[in-house]
Amino acid sequence: MSETALNSELLEHEEKKSLESREFGFWVYLMTDAVIFALLFASYVVLSKNSAAGPTSRDLFDLGHTAGETALLLLSSLTFGLATIAMTSDQAGRVVQWLFVTLILGLGFLAMEMLEFHGMIAQGAGPGTSGFLSAFFTLVGTHGLHVAFGAIGICVVIGQVLVKGLTLPVRSRLVRLGLFWHFLDIVWIGIFSVVYLPGVM
Amino acid sequence: MLGRLTIEAIPLYSWVAMGGAAVTVGGGIAVFLLITYLRAWKVLWTDWLTSLDHKKIGIMYVVLALVMLVRGFIDALMMRAQQAIALNNEGYLPPEHFEQIFSSHGTIMIFFVAMPFLTGLINIIVPQQIGARDVAFPFLNSVSLFLTAAGAGLVLISLAIGKFSTAGWTGYPPYSGIDYNPGVGVDYWLWALIVSGVGSTASGINFIVTIVKNRCPGMTYMRMPMFTWTTLCISILIAFAFPALTVVAAQLALDRTLGFHFFTNGDGGNMMLFANLLWIWGHPEVYILILPAFGIFSEVVATFSRKRLFGYKSLVYATACIAILSFTVWLHHFFTMGSSANVNAVFGIATMIIAVPTGVKIFDWMFTMYRGRIEFHPSMVFTIGFMVTFVIGGVTGVLLALPPADYLMHNSTFLVAHFHNMLIPGALFGYFAGLNYWFPKAFGFKLDAKWGIRSFWFWIIGFYLAFMPLYVLGFMGMSRRMEHYADPNWQPYLIVAALGAVCVLLGIVCIAIQLYVSAKNWGSARDLTGDPWNGRTLEWATASPAAPYNFAIVPTVRDIDAFHDMKLGGTAYQPAAAYEDIVMPKSSGLGPVLGALSFALGFAMVWYIWWLAALAFVLALVCVGIRACDDESEFIIPAAEVARIEGAHLGQITSADMHDMRDFQPVGPASGAPLPGRA
Ligand code: HEM
Ligand SMILES: [Cu+2]
Repeated sequence: MSETALNSELLEHEEKKSLESREFGFWVYLMTDAVIFALLFASYVVLSKNSAAGPTSRDLFDLGHTAGETALLLLSSLTFGLATIAMTSDQAGRVVQWLFVTLILGLGFLAMEMLEFHGMIAQGAGPGTSGFLSAFFTLVGTHGLHVAFGAIGICVVIGQVLVKGLTLPVRSRLVRLGLFWHFLDIVWIGIFSVVYLPGVM
Repeated sequence: MLGRLTIEAIPLYSWVAMGGAAVTVGGGIAVFLLITYLRAWKVLWTDWLTSLDHKKIGIMYVVLALVMLVRGFIDALMMRAQQAIALNNEGYLPPEHFEQIFSSHGTIMIFFVAMPFLTGLINIIVPQQIGARDVAFPFLNSVSLFLTAAGAGLVLISLAIGKFSTAGWTGYPPYSGIDYNPGVGVDYWLWALIVSGVGSTASGINFIVTIVKNRCPGMTYMRMPMFTWTTLCISILIAFAFPALTVVAAQLALDRTLGFHFFTNGDGGNMMLFANLLWIWGHPEVYILILPAFGIFSEVVATFSRKRLFGYKSLVYATACIAILSFTVWLHHFFTMGSSANVNAVFGIATMIIAVPTGVKIFDWMFTMYRGRIEFHPSMVFTIGFMVTFVIGGVTGVLLALPPADYLMHNSTFLVAHFHNMLIPGALFGYFAGLNYWFPKAFGFKLDAKWGIRSFWFWIIGFYLAFMPLYVLGFMGMSRRMEHYADPNWQPYLIVAALGAVCVLLGIVCIAIQLYVSAKNWGSARDLTGDPWNGRTLEWATASPAAPYNFAIVPTVRDIDAFHDMKLGGTAYQPAAAYEDIVMPKSSGLGPVLGALSFALGFAMVWYIWWLAALAFVLALVCVGIRACDDESEFIIPAAEVARIEGAHLGQITSADMHDMRDFQPVGPASGAPLPGRA
């Protein structure tokens, strides 16, 4: 075997080890992020009745709209899962297609959320109105921001699959991005059941 | 264009503030000129700033900590001088300036002295203790360092441009809110915390993964050295606790910058939410500072008693208990909030329970020393000084944990004395012990012991003089953070405290002299074997300073005292039959660039320079994106090069340099039995 072949074998071996660490590290990172969301939830619960002189959750929330957002996000989790399955059977084209669908669904979610925020601000229920609305916008907005970063991540990974193909590092990134995306789904379910549902009851 | 940044930001309001600004700017210019004069910019950039070697990153952390220690200590000295003279007069510091000083002192000491000091020591040592060639994420490690440095930079620059916070290191609203504090001070404080806090969180993740994934064969969890154990525990604490700091700081920043109402007086804010969130981070934080020091004491006490660490298992369990309990006591920082008596009682009892595992540790260290052959190396002397002094602080802590007593002592100088009594011996002395103990591992020569001992005596005497009077003053009713006072009975105590601070100053000067003298005489204090103290754990198996890859052959471990075991078994210092190629991370300039960008982001947010904030943020994202697309971040050190480095190292070790292990032979592997004397 030539020297460069030996070297690339060694590099690949090290790469595998380091990708394994990255996956574990990513779980730990998600845990820190979960703590952030947990505390934002706690803040929301503490402040949710403090609407001061402003509108209350009952005046503002529209479950139909939220159901639409939920549908988009859950569906996007499904399509991301399909992308991952395509990856395991080495179908790069399929991976890109499903990621693209996921991206569209994610952007659709963001658009609906923006619409909701815009509508609230327009009727004088911006985050500066009351403690309740500050906590609401921060919690839901932080989730939205995460989705936006996830969307950027999907663009980067689509680019990498197209340019580099399904190499080991690209696969690993795809898996980690998937974890992130599904995690955001779980957080959203929390938001739906802690913020929106009790908010209209 | 420049937001609210105008020429008025220059602190012309007081000559003392002007002086501080001049010293900071002058110091910066002096360092710049010195590096230029030495033509060292290139070396600094290629060998240090862009390096992903965990040992170099660790050294840079410690340098940052020592520089900030001087700054934080000057603050302390100024406060002590003010209180010594300010009986019925204004002293020499206007109130607003005094408030900035105690705020920056507390912030600097916690975030930019203690945190980088411990992170630096962990970086240098932990990978070597677990037989690893590197940390799990070398690049992330570099980013963490420069985020911490960026936060420190924000605190430093607040001295020259604008003002620092006047709201104390805890920044309680509503006083820290925009209504009562419209200036930039609190924003500087917030952004320094946010930026460095993200860096610390990343370090925590990095060391969890490093310790879980990168241990060498044979190193089970119950064979990890105590310092590694404490590192694992605090890394987990960091990962759970620092997000709380990020959340609470972001919420206050939103209140201040965008008019949110998390913590405001009216409009549905709730300021006790702030206290809760802050201390959910804050109490674990004090254990994040103290536990690594406990780890260092454990290593030092075993090495310099020439005995196996007594009660290793109990130390591990005690550490884990403390780590878990540290999340259950945060409310003791605000018993006076007015929770019900039952809530206060629960938190009070939980607090007292922490004293139990801590006491276990003290006994373990004492039994390790018992009938050991103790050598009074500076690191050992710091350890003994810690044990005596820390117990006093622990007792006053248990006292404060009684809610009724706390109602009397809350926010008095008794509290100030208590937490300095924990943090100076419990954290700083540990780091100094670590500095003296591991310095040769980092630089290849030993620190001068004489000046080390002198620094210890000045520190400990200075500590007692500076803080014991504060206990008394607390009972006499003096509250903390007082710029001037009217009770003449207090003044004598405050003068003694000021003398104590001067004594500590001499201790710091001794450390500077120690570094200088040691560097000057480095040739005569070289550590050729890599094992200057007849050490027991694996970090002493590498060369001093260790090769970039630490271990040419990844070791296999059979015992808690892995290297001691190798020396006894005669397997230490053996050349390998054949060496292998080793993969190492390439240097990267993105770490310092990301640090600079986050500094710019923080600065822009403080001054409302929105375009700069947006630019810095987008550029930072681009940097992360570039890194995420880089699949060639590693290179290979060929086996021949490894063989050359190892040959050079082993070739300079003569049997005369090796430690005489005969004394240790009769001792069975797990016994704590006394050692027989030399025949
Ligand atoms: C080296 C000698 C030191 C001296 C002489 C000193 C002195 C002082 C003084 C005079 C105060 C203000 C007390 C008051 O409010 O009346 C203070 C506050 C404080 N110090 Fe130190 N200190 C020292 C070291 C440290 C260290 C090592 C740490 C932490 C690792 C630390 C952390 C703090 C904190 C957190 C505060 C509270 C600041 C606030 O009120 O917001 N100090 N110190
Ligand atoms: Cu506490």
